[in-house]
Amino acid sequence: MSETLLHFFHMGGYAWYVWTAYASVFTFLAVQWFYPWRRWQKYLRDQQLKS
Amino acid sequence: MWLPINSLISPKKFFYLSNRLIPWLAALFILSFSYGIIGGLILAPADYLQGDGFRIIYVHAPCAFLSLFIYAVMAAAAVAGIVWRLKLAFLVMKHSATIGAGFTLLALITGSLWGKPMWGTWWIWDARLTSELILLFLYAGTILFQSAISQKKQGERATAILVLVGFIDIPIIHYSVYWWNTLHQGATLKVFAPSAIDSTMLYPLLAMIAAFLIYYVIVLLLRMGYELTAVEANHHWLRKQT
Repeated sequence: MSETLLHFFHMGGYAWYVWTAYASVFTFLAVQWFYPWRRWQKYLRDQQLKS
Repeated sequence: MWLPINSLISPKKFFYLSNRLIPWLAALFILSFSYGIIGGLILAPADYLQGDGFRIIYVHAPCAFLSLFIYAVMAAAAVAGIVWRLKLAFLVMKHSATIGAGFTLLALITGSLWGKPMWGTWWIWDARLTSELILLFLYAGTILFQSAISQKKQGERATAILVLVGFIDIPIIHYSVYWWNTLHQGATLKVFAPSAIDSTMLYPLLAMIAAFLIYYVIVLLLRMGYELTAVEANHHWLRKQT
């Protein structure tokens, strides 16, 4: 099991390139979604407090 | 045709519509993204030539596709904004620029990460890479131009013209691999011909492209919704909903 996992993470010797590419994309997707979402939530909370 | 779209400009309608749409889009995004990731990283076999290094395609190709697609959406919005003076079109243009710039930068970064082990170099002044870099500058120019002009209406129209002028780069990027001798491979996915990729590798790729497209719509709705409701007006009806 652990050998299969190691083999998977090793990516045939391309691990650094593959995982860096995926990590950069995931980070971008998370940040790009998180900021507008948090701004929305904050605005809705403020509206709730005003009413 | 534009009448129903134009009616969405009402912040209230836009708020209701996006509030209803976003959960469905998020569910669709999770489904296609999960399938794309599992299919791309686990189920698809390693490439006979590039080994597991080819798996970068599952993030690189969707980013590259989105970088072109979003610019095309911006150009269509620019036309709609100039011709029909649609406020919604200018908003699409404004908020798409940031998202598109991000995807273009990611296409270049992931492309470099793929290029280093396969071509032996991080960067080369190749036609495809250079025209994609120009696209990043066009996005950056659009963002800077929007913030530089203080008068909103004039700024919107001027930015729309800039976007339309920059649209010339889109066919150049697409056809660069055919027009010039480049290191970059030709198109993997073809609309009018069989794709040059096996179905076990193709379906996860299509799922990832669909997921990224849905993601773009979700973020665009969130950003536009905020600007329409929170920045442009402080609506009492919103307080009742929250």
